[in-house]
Amino acid sequence: MPTAARSAPARAPLNSDPVTVLPESLDQPSTVHEAVMSGPAAVEVDRFNLWYGANQAIHNVSLRIPERKVIALLGPSGCGKSTLLRSLNRLNDLIPGVRTTGDIRLHGDSVLGPDVDVIELRKRMGMVFQKSNPFPMTIFENVVFPLRIDGIRNQAMLDEVCERSLKASAIWEEAKDRLHTSALSLSGGQQQRLCIARAIAANPEVVLMDEPCSALDPIATSKIEDLMLDLKQDYTVVIVTHNMQQAARVSDYTALFYFGRLIEYGPTAEIFQRPRRPETADYIQGRFG
Amino acid sequence: MSQPPQAARPPKERRRTSLAARGEPLLWLLGAGQVVASLMILGLLFFVLVKGFSTFWPKPVELVETASGERLLGEVTRTETFRPMQSEADAAAAEPVNRRLLRTGNYDLYGDDFRWVLDAEIVSSTRPADAVAIERLEWGPFVGFIEEYRSAGATVAAGRAAAWSAFEERHAGVRDLWREIGDLERGELGDVFHEIDGLRLSLRRLELEQGKNSPEYAAAAAAADRERAALMLRSNEIGSRVAALRARMEEDVLVLSEIGGVRKELPVYAVVRAYQANQLSLGDRLGIYFARWWEFMSDEPRESNTEGGVFPAIFGTVLMTLIMALAVTPFGVIAALYLREYAKQGFIVSAVRVAVNNLAGVPSIVFGVFGLGFFCYLVGGTIDSIFYPEYAPSPKFGTQGLMWASLTLALLTLPVVIVATEEALSAVPRSLREAGYACGASKWQVIRMVVLPKAMPGIMTGIILAMARGAGEVAPLMLTGVVKLAPELPVSGDFPFIHLERSIMHLGFHIYDLGFQSRNAEAAKPMVFTTTLLLISVIVLMNVFVISLRTRLKRKLSSGYF
Repeated sequence: MPTAARSAPARAPLNSDPVTVLPESLDQPSTVHEAVMSGPAAVEVDRFNLWYGANQAIHNVSLRIPERKVIALLGPSGCGKSTLLRSLNRLNDLIPGVRTTGDIRLHGDSVLGPDVDVIELRKRMGMVFQKSNPFPMTIFENVVFPLRIDGIRNQAMLDEVCERSLKASAIWEEAKDRLHTSALSLSGGQQQRLCIARAIAANPEVVLMDEPCSALDPIATSKIEDLMLDLKQDYTVVIVTHNMQQAARVSDYTALFYFGRLIEYGPTAEIFQRPRRPETADYIQGRFG
Repeated sequence: MSQPPQAARPPKERRRTSLAARGEPLLWLLGAGQVVASLMILGLLFFVLVKGFSTFWPKPVELVETASGERLLGEVTRTETFRPMQSEADAAAAEPVNRRLLRTGNYDLYGDDFRWVLDAEIVSSTRPADAVAIERLEWGPFVGFIEEYRSAGATVAAGRAAAWSAFEERHAGVRDLWREIGDLERGELGDVFHEIDGLRLSLRRLELEQGKNSPEYAAAAAAADRERAALMLRSNEIGSRVAALRARMEEDVLVLSEIGGVRKELPVYAVVRAYQANQLSLGDRLGIYFARWWEFMSDEPRESNTEGGVFPAIFGTVLMTLIMALAVTPFGVIAALYLREYAKQGFIVSAVRVAVNNLAGVPSIVFGVFGLGFFCYLVGGTIDSIFYPEYAPSPKFGTQGLMWASLTLALLTLPVVIVATEEALSAVPRSLREAGYACGASKWQVIRMVVLPKAMPGIMTGIILAMARGAGEVAPLMLTGVVKLAPELPVSGDFPFIHLERSIMHLGFHIYDLGFQSRNAEAAKPMVFTTTLLLISVIVLMNVFVISLRTRLKRKLSSGYF
């Protein structure tokens, strides 16, 4: 269960200077900059707690994600940022023994409520994973998969969605002549862009990205980073990363997590240049994490 | 100036990685194990290949005279060295001697096919040029001479050479007549009897439904009588045609003599193949060899299966294996899907899994007994009593048949498919499933559109294993649907074209039957190997077919074009 291991704070590696972060400082409330409170919210996380069995992975996190921005969730390994991302579309439901309190709202609709239709909820969010995971089908079928599962058979519509999504994810030129070959014949970076095309095919409200570039070379990474900047014209993008440069390059807002707590949340420039919390400053300067 | 010699450093002990650490002995062990396994497989295959391929090679006929004045004519089938042992006491003293086995044929005259001759007793051994080996419809081979060719009571050619050329000239025409009669009897005449039987059955059905005194029954009975009369007329007409052909066919007769001087008449149509064994060129031999192979693969058996072909057995084996694969795949995949994807993993599922694995260890004959009791008698009997009451007292589905044999084998091979499918399902990466869920697919959609296609090559591996296991199985088939000699193929031109209720022939059972049930084990022995070779080839061919399917699928999944 890699996710559980990665997210369990009790087992997280602590390779930092023990003096800089004092345990009691963790219990301070999160520092949230005023700038993030403006504009309509796409996702609101409200006093959210999560346990894997007996281990609490997320502690009382409240987070407001404005529309059409790129939000980076930053932090060292095991700080709960991936867990939080996977809670947004309830992918953690697949892991036995997960328990939550608090609430998450997507454009005002509850995500965690017991009578939420999880399948419909997930259709409102696209997700891109750490490792590219195209289905064992053609490129075309991969992109239109979210439409196929809705039972859409209209070929003209499928063609149009395929082209639009592939163009939006900057892979149309490479893939247009081989739409009906296996997706697994693409290179790693192409596969990841294909996965982005799949994530936006059904016009989701939010695109979730879980370390989308960690398995890619620098060229593929920069292509995907350019893509994220394009995507925020139409979508709200939440990206999990432990790469500070990447967060600085692509995100509008940055949230820093540590030990399952939200430490500081604000405009990326502010976080990087004028952090208000010492933990943030330490992390930015590479003293831990 | 000489410098004082430096104190020599004590030579550093060279340490070598020990053999055990490098795993060298283990490597030898593994290699030896692999070699033993390969040798056993290759040896078995080589044995079967050599024995199987040599069966049909025409051998020369030798005339052997012994010291006691006996003259024997026959093919030398094999030679061996043995120690004659009359008693325990002189066993050690006895010298090993050579002996040869002559296939003398002429079972109808002497009551045995083979004679052992000690080399020491042989006075002379020659190969008479005009000796003829004849394969007959009955009584096995004849070895001797053709003295005379008669047609319609009159001698056409007398003398061995003239009779042989007359035979060569006319044999094919007579055999054509024989084939024509066979086609008529099995084709047209068979259809007529089939229709008459159909009339009886539909009348019987009406009687069961409406009662014997109902007006419908009376009307139908009258109509059936009229139809039956017409059909009988047709059958008589076909019968007289057959009789005319038969009379023409039986006109041609060979007068044969064997080495002891006994004369015998043999109708020409009963000669399947005859050749002057000592005058054959290599081309002739090859021709006979391949003609025999062709006959073996395409004809029906005769002489209680020791001669003729095994086409019905090939057909039955392939058809049964395919039906079995069709039956076992959905059941196995569904069961594995539930066990792996839906069932709550815990004690009960583990117990079920252990039970499934142990099912593979149940002796196959037990499956046969179960299949006979459950499928044949219970299920088949119920089907008969509900849908085919007019067949009583003879059963239609309530007895051994193709379908029950296939289903029994499907049951037998179910564990193989379940285990392989479960392995394949659990090998589908979690990231792929999560991608499906994240797109908003339901669990069933993820399984159907993502997991199953990804697992398909593994599932097909399971089917390959199941087919190999099922096609080679004999014991359960003997109880549930395979017979020594099936009168009809399970596929015909009559509705519904595939007759699942018919019993079939099977190569595996054929081997058992040849080897242990035939009147003449020595004559049947080479056929055992040839049939084994054929069974192995059939299984290999079917596996190659499925493997190529799987390879195409894998290529499609990884890089190729859809």
